[in-house]
Amino acid sequence: MAKKLVNYDSYLRLDKFPLIWCPGCGDGIVLKAILRAVDRMEIDKNDVCMVSGIGCSSRTPGYVDFNTLHTTHGRALAFATGVKMVRPDLHVVLVTGDGDATAIGGNHFIHAARRNIDITVLLYNNWIYGMTGGQASPATPSGDRASTAPFGSIEPNFDIAGLAAAAGASFVARETVAKPASMDKLIEKAMKNKGFSLVELFTPCPTTYGRRNKMANPVDMVEDLKRRSVTVAKAERLGSDLPEDAIVTGVIVEDDTRPEYTDRYAKLIQQLSGAVK
Amino acid sequence: MSTSTKPKVRVMSGNEACAEGALAAGIRFFGGYPITPSSEIAEVLCYRLPAIGGRFIQMEDEIGAMGSIIGASLAGAKSMTATSGPGFSLKQENIGYACMTEVPCVIVNVMRGGPSTGLPTMAAQGDVMQAKWGTHGDHPIITLTPNSVPETYELTVRAFNLSEKYRVPVILLLDEILGHTEEKFVIPESVEIVDRIKPSDPPETYLPYKHTESGVPPMASFGEGYRYHVTGLAHDETGFPTNNPAEIGKLAERLRRKLDDARDDIVDVQRVECDDAEVLVFAYGCTARSANQAVLEARSRGLKAGLLRPRTMWPFPDREIHALAQQVKQIIVPELADGQIAHEVEWAAKGACPVKGFGRIDGQPIRPVQILELIEEASR
Repeated sequence: MAKKLVNYDSYLRLDKFPLIWCPGCGDGIVLKAILRAVDRMEIDKNDVCMVSGIGCSSRTPGYVDFNTLHTTHGRALAFATGVKMVRPDLHVVLVTGDGDATAIGGNHFIHAARRNIDITVLLYNNWIYGMTGGQASPATPSGDRASTAPFGSIEPNFDIAGLAAAAGASFVARETVAKPASMDKLIEKAMKNKGFSLVELFTPCPTTYGRRNKMANPVDMVEDLKRRSVTVAKAERLGSDLPEDAIVTGVIVEDDTRPEYTDRYAKLIQQLSGAVK
Repeated sequence: MSTSTKPKVRVMSGNEACAEGALAAGIRFFGGYPITPSSEIAEVLCYRLPAIGGRFIQMEDEIGAMGSIIGASLAGAKSMTATSGPGFSLKQENIGYACMTEVPCVIVNVMRGGPSTGLPTMAAQGDVMQAKWGTHGDHPIITLTPNSVPETYELTVRAFNLSEKYRVPVILLLDEILGHTEEKFVIPESVEIVDRIKPSDPPETYLPYKHTESGVPPMASFGEGYRYHVTGLAHDETGFPTNNPAEIGKLAERLRRKLDDARDDIVDVQRVECDDAEVLVFAYGCTARSANQAVLEARSRGLKAGLLRPRTMWPFPDREIHALAQQVKQIIVPELADGQIAHEVEWAAKGACPVKGFGRIDGQPIRPVQILELIEEASR
């Protein structure tokens, strides 16, 4: 069977090009993976609401032909919660970064996961605040350099997928831009999950992270992601032999038993309609 | 007007009247966070909203509550949040977002003593400048200031209507006394409701931030087939970010003009005994109740006192003040703040008469006798 080619242009606001992202940035690879997932699911563009916060990744909605909402720093999930509660029928897809979602937006992140509200969070993790010039984020690996960690970060970094899983997300996955085909499959699974989904997507920032950490060449950064990737199944086999710098990729949590928040609210409405004056 | 049904007479607090007014205005989404002395508003709405197919959510923090109502409004629901001083401070960035993106929503601030945690259970009026300038950057805003339980109901409805009509966040400033005072109240059988203007253009030619003659662009909801972009960045008519100074200027000018042109529709004052007044009191909210009592008492003593009471605080009733400043010997401005509004009144009077501020920030209300003494002093 011939594979259907994705007409990316039909989803893009081409008049807004060129993209704001630097040469060598992986965000464009993620953008294409999102569009492949949406295309495969055959969702009407009118039924997608893409929400973002502030940062490089959060500029994604400006380039896609959906209902798009570029909000304040860290608060995208709060806005998205309002959209989703009023229009549970819309596919609410949230694009964010490691700083936006887990530093300034950390509270909204864990609580949206706890509620298991049906929002698909695509978190571009580049270990750095790129847009503001390379400051350390909660995901900056301990010891790595940033413009605000000139001697190497002395803070431990978050395991973001682990954080979402612990907070109650019903779907959690990880992938890197070194495996674009796997990315779009995981994004599709996340969008199909009725509940809070996180896909943590590792994407290189050669400009503000790589250059400070002896990896200025984007190709080297992608090769490095590929070298470090270990599937969930393989990681389990390796056990304690799992390399310290491994990025465990694939589906980490998939739990369809947890009730979804807007579903529960709809049931409450049903139960109360006509019952309370 | 129908008179067939019995009017509903109730005794309720200002906070409850606020929730009832929101329901009458057509609220369908409330996002909140617990804070004294505003929590009763959330407690009424969490009970009432699901029963009418609306949505309530207690968010994880004040900032999230403000963000949620903006998202809900963009999805088409009339939305509100309620808070008090500390929470109002936290909401400010997202209030600015609603100004910039022209998203209708209502923010209730039941004022308590500040700064900081201050006096959670005591009344104050110290957020009146924060209501105007709390968020960063220049931005016009509407703020309403009721002074009784029935008026809280009425002005909550008006807050929703103005917000929908002009696509602006509207701030309803209550205070702890008003929020917790219970009064008898005849619930109106019906109220006038205003809904946002929807686009008549097809999606292909829709400009979400069109520089219309009124300054208010028609607003499509997400999911209605109008796929447009909303951003807090400076944007052009299409809604997309721009760095072009001409476009930035046009946006700023329209945001200002849409409220400037509607000034007389928005500004709303009550005048008590002002026609022949020689001493004027300018007061709002709970303090206006003491001021009203003081003016009536002064009149009974033969003193020509009057009260000018703003029901709309922002835009400021500067012309109304200036007109009366020509006529009176002095304007007295009692407030539960340290001169925030006295300063504005002085600016509006433009030197036509002296302005005497009387502030109190110890958590206690200003008593009628205190204002009466000031009227007597000014009348001499």
